[in-house]
Amino acid sequence: MPGTKEIRSKIASVKSTQKITKAMQMVATSKMRRAQERMRLARPYAQKMRNVIGHLTEANPDYRHPFLVRREPRAVGLIVISTDRGLAGALNANVFKQTLLLMREWQGKGAQVSLCLIGTKGLTFFRRLSVPILANVSHLGDRPHVKDLIGTVKVMLDAYRAGELDRLLLVNAQFVNTMTQKPAVEQLLPIEALDIEGLQEHWDYIYEPEAAYILDGLLMRYLESQVYRGAVENVASEMAARMVAMKAASDNAGKLINELQLIYNKARQAAITKELSEIVGGAAAV
Amino acid sequence: MQAPTIHVDIVSAEGEIFSGPATMVFAPASQGELGITPRHAPLLSLLKAGEVRVQTPDGEQHFFFVGGGALEVQPTKVTVLADTALRARDIDEAAALAAKQRAEEALRDKAGHITQAEALAELARAAAQLKLLERLRKLRG
Repeated sequence: MPGTKEIRSKIASVKSTQKITKAMQMVATSKMRRAQERMRLARPYAQKMRNVIGHLTEANPDYRHPFLVRREPRAVGLIVISTDRGLAGALNANVFKQTLLLMREWQGKGAQVSLCLIGTKGLTFFRRLSVPILANVSHLGDRPHVKDLIGTVKVMLDAYRAGELDRLLLVNAQFVNTMTQKPAVEQLLPIEALDIEGLQEHWDYIYEPEAAYILDGLLMRYLESQVYRGAVENVASEMAARMVAMKAASDNAGKLINELQLIYNKARQAAITKELSEIVGGAAAV
Repeated sequence: MQAPTIHVDIVSAEGEIFSGPATMVFAPASQGELGITPRHAPLLSLLKAGEVRVQTPDGEQHFFFVGGGALEVQPTKVTVLADTALRARDIDEAAALAAKQRAEEALRDKAGHITQAEALAELARAAAQLKLLERLRKLRG
Protein backbone atom coordinates (compact mmCIF):
# COMPACT_ATOMS: atom_id res chain seq x y z
CA MET A 1 0.00 0.00 0.00
CA PRO A 2 2.03 2.97 -1.17
CA GLY A 3 1.36 6.33 0.51
CA THR A 4 -0.79 5.05 3.34
CA LYS A 5 2.10 4.92 5.78
CA GLU A 6 2.90 8.59 5.19
CA ILE A 7 -0.72 9.52 5.71
CA ARG A 8 -0.87 7.55 8.94
CA SER A 9 2.22 9.24 10.36
CA LYS A 10 0.83 12.61 9.36
CA ILE A 11 -2.42 11.87 11.18
CA ALA A 12 -0.44 10.90 14.28
CA SER A 13 1.53 14.14 14.21
CA VAL A 14 -1.59 16.29 13.79
CA LYS A 15 -3.20 14.38 16.64
CA SER A 16 -0.31 15.10 18.98
CA THR A 17 -0.44 18.79 18.03
CA GLN A 18 -4.14 18.80 18.76
CA LYS A 19 -3.48 17.35 22.20
CA ILE A 20 -1.11 20.22 22.97
CA THR A 21 -3.46 22.94 21.74
CA LYS A 22 -6.33 21.40 23.68
CA ALA A 23 -4.26 21.34 26.85
CA MET A 24 -3.23 24.98 26.31
CA GLN A 25 -6.86 25.91 25.79
CA MET A 26 -7.89 24.35 29.08
CA VAL A 27 -5.01 25.92 31.00
CA ALA A 28 -5.87 29.33 29.53
CA THR A 29 -9.52 28.90 30.52
CA SER A 30 -8.75 28.29 34.17
CA LYS A 31 -6.12 31.04 34.25
CA MET A 32 -8.57 33.46 32.69
CA ARG A 33 -11.11 32.78 35.44
CA ARG A 34 -8.51 33.47 38.10
CA ALA A 35 -7.39 36.67 36.38
CA GLN A 36 -11.00 37.84 36.19
CA GLU A 37 -11.34 37.20 39.89
CA ARG A 38 -8.26 39.32 40.57
CA MET A 39 -9.71 42.09 38.42
CA ARG A 40 -12.79 42.03 40.63
CA LEU A 41 -10.71 42.06 43.82
CA ALA A 42 -8.77 45.14 42.72
CA ARG A 43 -11.92 47.22 42.30
CA PRO A 44 -12.80 48.19 45.92
CA TYR A 45 -9.31 49.56 46.54
CA ALA A 46 -9.44 51.89 43.55
CA GLN A 47 -12.96 52.96 44.47
CA LYS A 48 -12.07 53.76 48.09
CA MET A 49 -8.90 55.50 46.97
CA ARG A 50 -10.89 57.70 44.60
CA ASN A 51 -13.31 58.60 47.38
CA VAL A 52 -10.55 59.59 49.79
CA ILE A 53 -8.72 61.63 47.14
CA GLY A 54 -12.04 63.25 46.21
CA HIS A 55 -12.67 64.29 49.81
CA LEU A 56 -9.15 65.53 50.15
CA THR A 57 -9.14 67.72 47.06
CA GLU A 58 -12.60 68.99 47.95
CA ALA A 59 -11.42 70.01 51.40
CA ASN A 60 -8.26 71.71 50.10
CA PRO A 61 -9.26 73.60 46.96
CA ASP A 62 -6.30 75.98 47.18
CA TYR A 63 -3.66 73.26 47.11
CA ARG A 64 -2.96 72.09 43.59
CA HIS A 65 -0.91 68.95 43.31
CA PRO A 66 1.19 68.79 40.09
CA PHE A 67 -0.62 65.56 39.14
CA LEU A 68 -3.89 67.49 38.98
CA VAL A 69 -2.67 70.45 36.95
CA ARG A 70 -3.17 70.46 33.21
CA ARG A 71 -0.19 71.47 31.10
CA GLU A 72 0.34 72.09 27.41
CA PRO A 73 1.27 68.63 26.04
CA ARG A 74 4.74 68.94 24.54
CA ALA A 75 5.98 65.54 25.68
CA VAL A 76 3.80 62.49 26.06
CA GLY A 77 4.59 59.27 27.87
CA LEU A 78 2.90 56.00 27.01
CA ILE A 79 2.80 53.01 29.32
CA VAL A 80 2.19 50.04 27.05
CA ILE A 81 1.23 46.71 28.57
CA SER A 82 1.79 43.59 26.50
CA THR A 83 2.09 39.89 27.19
CA ASP A 84 5.27 37.95 27.85
CA ARG A 85 4.31 35.06 25.62
CA GLY A 86 2.83 34.61 22.19
CA LEU A 87 0.12 32.30 20.85
CA ALA A 88 -2.55 34.72 21.94
CA GLY A 89 -4.08 35.58 18.61
CA ALA A 90 -3.90 39.20 17.50
CA LEU A 91 -3.96 40.58 21.04
CA ASN A 92 -0.51 42.17 21.11
CA ALA A 93 -0.64 43.19 17.47
CA ASN A 94 -3.83 45.15 18.15
CA VAL A 95 -2.35 46.89 21.18
CA PHE A 96 0.78 47.82 19.22
CA LYS A 97 -1.25 49.10 16.30
CA GLN A 98 -3.21 51.32 18.66
CA THR A 99 0.03 52.52 20.22
CA LEU A 100 1.56 53.36 16.85
CA LEU A 101 -1.57 55.30 15.94
CA LEU A 102 -1.36 57.24 19.19
CA MET A 103 2.33 57.94 18.66
CA ARG A 104 1.70 59.23 15.17
CA GLU A 105 -1.17 61.37 16.39
CA TRP A 106 0.90 63.03 19.13
CA GLN A 107 3.94 63.40 16.92
CA GLY A 108 1.68 65.05 14.37
CA LYS A 109 0.79 67.60 17.01
CA GLY A 110 4.48 68.25 17.56
CA ALA A 111 4.76 66.40 20.85
CA GLN A 112 7.64 64.15 21.83
CA VAL A 113 6.68 60.58 22.61
CA SER A 114 8.50 58.26 24.98
CA LEU A 115 7.56 54.78 26.09
CA CYS A 116 7.40 52.64 29.18
CA LEU A 117 7.01 48.98 28.33
CA ILE A 118 5.53 46.26 30.47
CA GLY A 119 5.93 42.77 28.99
CA THR A 120 8.50 41.13 26.70
CA LYS A 121 6.52 41.34 23.47
CA GLY A 122 6.30 45.13 23.68
CA LEU A 123 10.03 45.40 24.23
CA THR A 124 10.93 43.29 21.19
CA PHE A 125 8.48 45.24 19.06
CA PHE A 126 9.28 48.81 20.07
CA ARG A 127 13.02 48.30 20.38
CA ARG A 128 13.22 48.54 16.60
CA LEU A 129 11.70 52.01 16.54
CA SER A 130 13.73 55.07 17.31
CA VAL A 131 11.57 56.11 20.25
CA PRO A 132 13.10 56.55 23.70
CA ILE A 133 12.15 53.77 26.10
CA LEU A 134 12.28 55.14 29.63
CA ALA A 135 11.52 52.04 31.63
CA ASN A 136 10.76 48.39 31.21
CA VAL A 137 9.59 45.47 33.27
CA SER A 138 8.78 42.00 32.02
CA HIS A 139 8.16 38.46 33.25
CA LEU A 140 5.45 39.55 35.65
CA GLY A 141 3.86 36.13 35.21
CA ASP A 142 0.19 35.30 35.43
CA ARG A 143 -0.13 37.02 38.78
CA PRO A 144 1.32 40.51 38.53
CA HIS A 145 2.10 42.16 41.86
CA VAL A 146 1.94 45.83 42.69
CA LYS A 147 5.46 45.70 44.06
CA ASP A 148 6.89 44.69 40.68
CA LEU A 149 5.31 47.71 39.04
CA ILE A 150 6.26 50.42 41.54
CA GLY A 151 9.69 51.16 40.11
CA THR A 152 8.54 51.24 36.52
CA VAL A 153 5.65 53.56 37.26
CA LYS A 154 7.84 55.78 39.41
CA VAL A 155 10.18 56.47 36.49
CA MET A 156 7.25 57.88 34.55
CA LEU A 157 5.82 59.81 37.52
CA ASP A 158 9.21 61.33 38.26
CA ALA A 159 9.56 62.37 34.63
CA TYR A 160 6.12 63.96 34.86
CA ARG A 161 7.01 65.76 38.07
CA ALA A 162 10.25 67.01 36.55
CA GLY A 163 8.33 68.42 33.60
CA GLU A 164 9.84 66.00 31.09
CA LEU A 165 6.38 64.63 30.40
CA ASP A 166 3.16 66.61 30.24
CA ARG A 167 0.79 63.75 29.72
CA LEU A 168 0.85 60.09 30.68
CA LEU A 169 -1.30 57.51 28.96
CA LEU A 170 -1.85 53.83 29.62
CA VAL A 171 -2.42 51.41 26.73
CA ASN A 172 -3.53 47.87 27.45
CA ALA A 173 -5.88 45.19 26.17
CA GLN A 174 -9.30 45.72 27.66
CA PHE A 175 -11.20 42.61 28.65
CA VAL A 176 -14.69 43.12 27.20
CA ASN A 177 -15.71 39.48 27.36
CA THR A 178 -14.25 36.09 26.59
CA MET A 179 -14.56 36.57 22.84
CA THR A 180 -13.67 40.26 22.64
CA GLN A 181 -10.57 42.08 23.82
CA LYS A 182 -9.81 45.48 22.43
CA PRO A 183 -6.97 47.91 22.98
CA ALA A 184 -7.91 50.67 25.41
CA VAL A 185 -6.21 54.00 26.06
CA GLU A 186 -6.60 55.70 29.39
CA GLN A 187 -5.18 58.98 30.58
CA LEU A 188 -3.30 58.60 33.84
CA LEU A 189 -1.84 62.08 34.19
CA PRO A 190 -2.96 64.75 34.70
CA ILE A 191 -5.81 63.23 36.66
CA GLU A 192 -8.75 64.86 34.94
CA ALA A 193 -11.91 64.15 36.83
CA LEU A 194 -12.21 61.78 39.70
CA ASP A 195 -15.42 59.87 39.74
CA ILE A 196 -16.74 61.17 43.06
CA GLU A 197 -20.47 60.89 42.83
CA GLY A 198 -20.74 59.19 46.20
CA LEU A 199 -19.79 62.32 48.10
CA GLN A 200 -22.76 63.65 49.93
CA GLU A 201 -21.09 64.91 53.05
CA HIS A 202 -18.24 67.36 53.16
CA TRP A 203 -15.79 67.77 55.95
CA ASP A 204 -12.18 68.44 56.61
CA TYR A 205 -9.81 65.97 58.16
CA ILE A 206 -7.24 66.08 60.84
CA TYR A 207 -4.03 65.45 58.91
CA GLU A 208 -1.10 63.50 60.13
CA PRO A 209 1.38 64.86 59.08
CA GLU A 210 0.21 67.45 56.52
CA ALA A 211 -2.32 67.37 53.69
CA ALA A 212 0.12 67.84 50.83
CA TYR A 213 2.31 64.96 51.95
CA ILE A 214 -0.65 62.63 52.33
CA LEU A 215 -2.16 63.63 49.01
CA ASP A 216 1.13 62.90 47.30
CA GLY A 217 1.30 59.43 48.82
CA LEU A 218 -2.31 58.75 47.94
CA LEU A 219 -2.04 59.91 44.34
CA MET A 220 1.04 57.79 43.76
CA ARG A 221 -0.67 54.71 45.14
CA TYR A 222 -3.76 55.47 43.13
CA LEU A 223 -1.80 55.65 39.88
CA GLU A 224 0.07 52.47 40.72
CA SER A 225 -3.19 50.71 41.37
CA GLN A 226 -4.44 51.90 37.97
CA VAL A 227 -1.40 50.41 36.24
CA TYR A 228 -1.81 47.25 38.31
CA ARG A 229 -5.42 47.01 37.18
CA GLY A 230 -4.26 47.43 33.60
CA ALA A 231 -1.72 44.64 34.03
CA VAL A 232 -4.27 42.27 35.56
CA GLU A 233 -6.79 43.09 32.87
CA ASN A 234 -4.13 42.42 30.27
CA VAL A 235 -3.50 38.99 31.76
CA ALA A 236 -7.23 38.22 31.64
CA SER A 237 -7.32 39.35 28.02
CA GLU A 238 -4.23 37.34 27.16
CA MET A 239 -5.75 34.19 28.60
CA ALA A 240 -9.07 34.75 26.86
CA ALA A 241 -7.35 35.41 23.54
CA ARG A 242 -5.17 32.35 23.94
CA MET A 243 -8.18 30.26 24.85
CA VAL A 244 -10.00 31.32 21.68
CA ALA A 245 -6.90 30.91 19.50
CA MET A 246 -6.20 27.45 20.88
CA LYS A 247 -9.82 26.42 20.47
CA ALA A 248 -9.65 27.43 16.81
CA ALA A 249 -6.37 25.53 16.44
CA SER A 250 -7.85 22.39 18.00
CA ASP A 251 -10.91 22.61 15.74
CA ASN A 252 -8.73 23.04 12.67
CA ALA A 253 -6.62 20.08 13.72
CA GLY A 254 -9.80 18.01 14.05
CA LYS A 255 -10.90 18.99 10.56
CA LEU A 256 -7.48 18.16 9.17
CA ILE A 257 -7.54 14.76 10.84
CA ASN A 258 -10.94 14.00 9.32
CA GLU A 259 -9.75 14.93 5.86
CA LEU A 260 -6.60 12.89 6.19
CA GLN A 261 -8.58 9.96 7.50
CA LEU A 262 -10.80 10.13 4.42
CA ILE A 263 -7.81 10.18 2.09
CA TYR A 264 -6.26 7.32 4.00
CA ASN A 265 -9.44 5.21 3.78
CA LYS A 266 -9.75 5.87 0.07
CA ALA A 267 -6.15 4.88 -0.55
CA ARG A 268 -6.61 1.74 1.50
CA GLN A 269 -9.80 0.83 -0.35
CA ALA A 270 -8.14 1.44 -3.72
CA ALA A 271 -5.25 -0.81 -2.76
CA ILE A 272 -7.59 -3.61 -1.70
CA THR A 273 -9.65 -3.32 -4.88
CA LYS A 274 -6.51 -3.37 -6.95
CA GLU A 275 -5.23 -6.50 -5.21
CA LEU A 276 -8.58 -8.26 -5.62
CA SER A 277 -8.79 -7.49 -9.30
CA GLU A 278 -5.24 -8.77 -9.73
CA ILE A 279 -6.15 -12.03 -8.02
CA VAL A 280 -9.33 -12.37 -10.08
CA GLY A 281 -7.42 -11.53 -13.25
CA GLY A 282 -4.73 -14.07 -12.38
CA ALA A 283 -7.31 -16.82 -11.70
CA ALA A 284 -9.08 -16.11 -15.00
CA ALA A 285 -5.82 -16.41 -16.92
CA VAL A 286 -5.15 -19.93 -15.55
CA MET B 1 -27.15 47.98 75.55
CA GLN B 2 -24.76 47.23 72.76
CA ALA B 3 -21.51 49.10 72.55
CA PRO B 4 -21.30 51.57 69.66
CA THR B 5 -19.45 50.22 66.65
CA ILE B 6 -17.57 51.61 63.71
CA HIS B 7 -17.38 50.00 60.29
CA VAL B 8 -13.92 48.89 59.23
CA ASP B 9 -12.75 48.19 55.68
CA ILE B 10 -9.24 46.94 55.07
CA VAL B 11 -8.47 46.77 51.37
CA SER B 12 -5.32 46.38 49.31
CA ALA B 13 -4.82 46.78 45.59
CA GLU B 14 -4.76 43.01 45.24
CA GLY B 15 -7.91 42.30 47.21
CA GLU B 16 -10.24 42.98 50.11
CA ILE B 17 -8.81 41.86 53.42
CA PHE B 18 -11.44 42.65 56.05
CA SER B 19 -14.81 44.28 56.24
CA GLY B 20 -17.06 44.45 59.28
CA PRO B 21 -18.02 46.32 62.45
CA ALA B 22 -15.60 46.96 65.30
CA THR B 23 -15.63 48.53 68.71
CA MET B 24 -12.07 49.73 68.40
CA VAL B 25 -9.30 49.80 65.81
CA PHE B 26 -5.57 50.25 66.30
CA ALA B 27 -3.34 51.26 63.40
CA PRO B 28 0.37 52.09 63.03
CA ALA B 29 0.15 55.70 61.80
CA SER B 30 3.31 57.36 60.59
CA GLN B 31 3.44 59.51 63.76
CA GLY B 32 2.81 56.67 66.21
CA GLU B 33 0.16 54.08 66.93
CA LEU B 34 -3.43 55.27 66.84
CA GLY B 35 -6.45 53.86 68.62
CA ILE B 36 -9.75 54.69 66.94
CA THR B 37 -13.11 54.40 68.65
CA PRO B 38 -16.56 55.02 67.12
CA ARG B 39 -17.37 58.69 66.45
CA HIS B 40 -13.71 59.57 66.05
CA ALA B 41 -13.07 62.91 64.35
CA PRO B 42 -12.31 62.68 60.60
CA LEU B 43 -8.65 61.91 60.17
CA LEU B 44 -6.31 61.10 57.36
CA SER B 45 -2.89 59.62 57.86
CA LEU B 46 -0.28 57.50 56.19
CA LEU B 47 0.61 54.19 57.78
CA LYS B 48 3.96 52.54 58.30
CA ALA B 49 4.66 48.83 58.40
CA GLY B 50 3.04 47.19 61.39
CA GLU B 51 -0.10 45.57 62.64
CA VAL B 52 -3.68 46.72 62.42
CA ARG B 53 -5.75 45.41 65.30
CA VAL B 54 -9.53 45.21 65.07
CA GLN B 55 -11.76 44.50 68.09
CA THR B 56 -15.06 43.13 66.93
CA PRO B 57 -18.29 43.56 68.98
CA ASP B 58 -18.25 39.90 70.04
CA GLY B 59 -15.02 40.54 71.89
CA GLU B 60 -12.71 38.94 69.35
CA GLN B 61 -9.50 40.49 68.17
CA HIS B 62 -8.28 40.35 64.60
CA PHE B 63 -4.72 41.12 63.63
CA PHE B 64 -3.61 42.19 60.19
CA PHE B 65 -0.16 42.93 58.99
CA VAL B 66 0.21 45.91 56.68
CA GLY B 67 3.36 46.91 54.85
CA GLY B 68 2.29 50.56 54.95
CA GLY B 69 -0.54 52.46 53.34
CA ALA B 70 -3.11 55.07 54.25
CA LEU B 71 -5.78 55.40 56.90
CA GLU B 72 -9.00 57.32 56.56
CA VAL B 73 -11.26 57.83 59.52
CA GLN B 74 -14.82 59.09 59.33
CA PRO B 75 -17.13 59.15 62.36
CA THR B 76 -18.81 55.89 61.37
CA LYS B 77 -16.22 54.36 59.11
CA VAL B 78 -12.54 53.46 59.06
CA THR B 79 -10.82 52.64 55.79
CA VAL B 80 -7.35 51.15 55.72
CA LEU B 81 -5.78 51.28 52.27
CA ALA B 82 -3.04 48.74 52.78
CA ASP B 83 0.09 48.36 50.69
CA THR B 84 0.98 44.86 49.74
CA ALA B 85 4.53 45.91 49.12
CA LEU B 86 7.28 47.41 51.21
CA ARG B 87 7.60 51.11 50.62
CA ALA B 88 10.30 53.56 51.45
CA ARG B 89 11.70 56.44 49.49
CA ASP B 90 15.03 54.73 48.86
CA ILE B 91 13.51 51.41 47.88
CA ASP B 92 11.20 53.07 45.40
CA GLU B 93 14.20 54.89 44.05
CA ALA B 94 16.15 51.66 43.65
CA ALA B 95 13.20 50.04 41.91
CA ALA B 96 12.92 53.00 39.56
CA LEU B 97 16.63 52.80 38.80
CA ALA B 98 16.30 49.11 38.07
CA ALA B 99 13.40 49.75 35.71
CA LYS B 100 15.44 52.37 33.88
CA GLN B 101 18.41 50.06 33.59
CA ARG B 102 16.25 47.29 32.26
CA ALA B 103 15.08 49.65 29.59
CA GLU B 104 18.58 50.77 28.72
CA GLU B 105 20.09 47.34 28.50
CA ALA B 106 17.06 45.25 27.84
CA LEU B 107 18.84 42.06 28.73
CA ARG B 108 20.91 42.36 31.83
CA ASP B 109 20.72 41.10 35.34
CA LYS B 110 19.17 43.58 37.75
CA ALA B 111 21.08 42.17 40.71
CA GLY B 112 23.14 44.42 42.94
CA HIS B 113 20.33 46.79 43.84
CA ILE B 114 19.74 45.62 47.37
CA THR B 115 20.63 48.76 49.24
CA GLN B 116 20.94 49.35 52.94
CA ALA B 117 17.52 50.98 52.99
CA GLU B 118 16.00 47.90 51.48
CA ALA B 119 17.64 45.70 54.08
CA LEU B 120 16.48 48.01 56.89
CA ALA B 121 12.90 48.07 55.66
CA GLU B 122 12.96 44.30 55.34
CA LEU B 123 14.19 44.13 58.91
CA ALA B 124 11.45 46.48 60.17
CA ARG B 125 8.89 44.39 58.39
CA ALA B 126 10.22 41.16 59.82
CA ALA B 127 10.28 42.68 63.33
CA ALA B 128 6.67 43.84 63.01
CA GLN B 129 5.61 40.42 61.82
CA LEU B 130 7.45 38.78 64.72
CA LYS B 131 5.78 41.10 67.21
CA LEU B 132 2.41 40.22 65.78
CA LEU B 133 3.15 36.49 66.03
CA GLU B 134 4.33 36.91 69.61
CA ARG B 135 1.14 38.64 70.60
CA LEU B 136 -1.00 36.04 68.86
CA ARG B 137 0.85 33.31 70.73
CA LYS B 138 0.24 35.06 74.05
CA LEU B 139 -3.45 35.39 73.25
CA ARG B 140 -3.71 31.69 72.53
CA GLY B 141 -2.12 31.08 75.92
